[in-house]
Amino acid sequence: MTDHSLTRAEVEHVARLARLALTDDELDALTPELGAILEHAAQVSALDTAGVEPTAHPLPLVNVFRPDVTRPSLDRDEVLACAPAAEDGRFRVPRILGEAP
Amino acid sequence: MNDSALEIAADVRAGRRSARDVLEEHLAQIAAREADVHAFNLATADDARKRAEEIDAAVARGDDPGPLAGVPVALKDNLCTRGIPTTCSSRILEGWRPPYDATVVQRVRAAGAITVGKTNLDEFAMGSSTENSAFGPTRNPRDLSRVPGGSSGGSAAAVAAGFASIALGSDTGGSVRQPASLCGVVGVKPTYGAVSRYGLIAFASSLDQVGPFAGSVADAALLLEVIGGHDPCDSTSIAEPAPPLLADLERGVDGLRIGIVEELTDTEGIQPDVKAAVEAAASALADAGAKTERVSVASTMYGLSAYYLIAPAEASSNLARYDGVRYGLRVDGADVAEMNARTRDAGFGREVKRRIMLGTYALSAGYYDAYYGQAQRVRTLIIRDFERAYEQFDVLLSPTSPTVAFELGAKTADPLTMYLNDICTIPSNLAGHAAMSVPFGEALPAGAPSGTPALPIGVQVLAPARGEQVMFRVARAIEMASPGGSRT
Repeated sequence: MTDHSLTRAEVEHVARLARLALTDDELDALTPELGAILEHAAQVSALDTAGVEPTAHPLPLVNVFRPDVTRPSLDRDEVLACAPAAEDGRFRVPRILGEAP
Repeated sequence: MNDSALEIAADVRAGRRSARDVLEEHLAQIAAREADVHAFNLATADDARKRAEEIDAAVARGDDPGPLAGVPVALKDNLCTRGIPTTCSSRILEGWRPPYDATVVQRVRAAGAITVGKTNLDEFAMGSSTENSAFGPTRNPRDLSRVPGGSSGGSAAAVAAGFASIALGSDTGGSVRQPASLCGVVGVKPTYGAVSRYGLIAFASSLDQVGPFAGSVADAALLLEVIGGHDPCDSTSIAEPAPPLLADLERGVDGLRIGIVEELTDTEGIQPDVKAAVEAAASALADAGAKTERVSVASTMYGLSAYYLIAPAEASSNLARYDGVRYGLRVDGADVAEMNARTRDAGFGREVKRRIMLGTYALSAGYYDAYYGQAQRVRTLIIRDFERAYEQFDVLLSPTSPTVAFELGAKTADPLTMYLNDICTIPSNLAGHAAMSVPFGEALPAGAPSGTPALPIGVQVLAPARGEQVMFRVARAIEMASPGGSRT
């Protein structure tokens, strides 16, 4: 039986991957919770799946095509109006790290 | 309490009742009970009144508004509605107004339905009690101290309380069927691909399906006929028209072979009264001419474990889009990465963060094959076991929910206890099959204090992909035999 417990450092690493600025309290709570859920989820490893193909999707769909014709798309200004910040017809974002000034 | 959608539409189309009168009756229910129940994130009464007038004007002109003429419908608040706030019960979408309507929303409106509001849900549909909402919980109209189930608890409660005649929800692991069961209404998860997901805000894309809530099996069939069928905007929608369901509804079950799934019925954690209801429904079906027996679908026991790897993995990817750039909330930071991370921490609630973390971990380097890969192979085993069962049986039966409605707060402390609510419903999502919940009798909750009312039990009918026609016939037969009497 593999050990499914996580260290706080591992949880911090996953939070960085997930782009979540978790607080110390959240990290403290999540560390045992994720371990407990993973231990339950790991019951799947009890099944012998040698030679079994994985299912990623319930429908046997391959390459769904549509005719290559232009259709009206969403209105640009209407879409930008949903954003927290926009400028000159584009989404406005803070500085990208390492960008030249 | 609750007008049937079929009756409302027939009356409105014939000019016997006005859409306005029908709407006002439902708005009166909302006015009387919504403060207690909190089914809605947003009630859209003014829009609904305008729409009702349009329907009545169309009838007066001699036009037919369609098969849902004047029927009040509630929409789960993860279905996009153009210009009307759509929140997923999350702070992260606060203030966002979608620039388009979901296909299912277009279809119910085109059929003459009147949308009365956007219903509460567990944030991003992650939960089984509607307690994980940024806007507070919904309460079960049958007992306000208890949950309505989830994640589509607002839609289930809206139908149960008579706020709407019918409602739409979404079902990723039981989120239509389980709240339907707990609130005493009918709830359907159609075959994967039977209903368009265009405009349904994604949780786990290989599992999500939009499905109907209704007060009767016939109304659920009517609503599924309206929303089903191919949609070019959803490349995973099945390229066939929606099958007719109402025409065959009363054909009965004579000669059908019906299996009771042992692993989902005879297992630990199923309330004895719930198991007894499934057996009573089976014996009623046998009296009506069906052949019923127990069947083992062994790998369904592993459905919950596989689901809690697959669904969070897909969610962690789908919810990456909430980055403070394109929608809703932004919390400023020194650079983009910091802005993203702060926005996501402030905007997502606990359960959503938990699942994003779980999914990110399950997909991360070194663990992918042991967790996500293995869960996908178990998904194949579940599909194979169902295929074997459906060689012998037309449909299968089980409980929908292991218990009747539980009290608010009873399961919020331990995520795993909450996840166990979906043990009977998850296998159909993993397989992409159809399934539905039908009310059948009532029971007192285990250890209930005196004065607690009896609460509804739901029996689940499971069918293979595209098995809706037979599934609905069986559901109708269960409904007619139900101790509460038949809805005609």
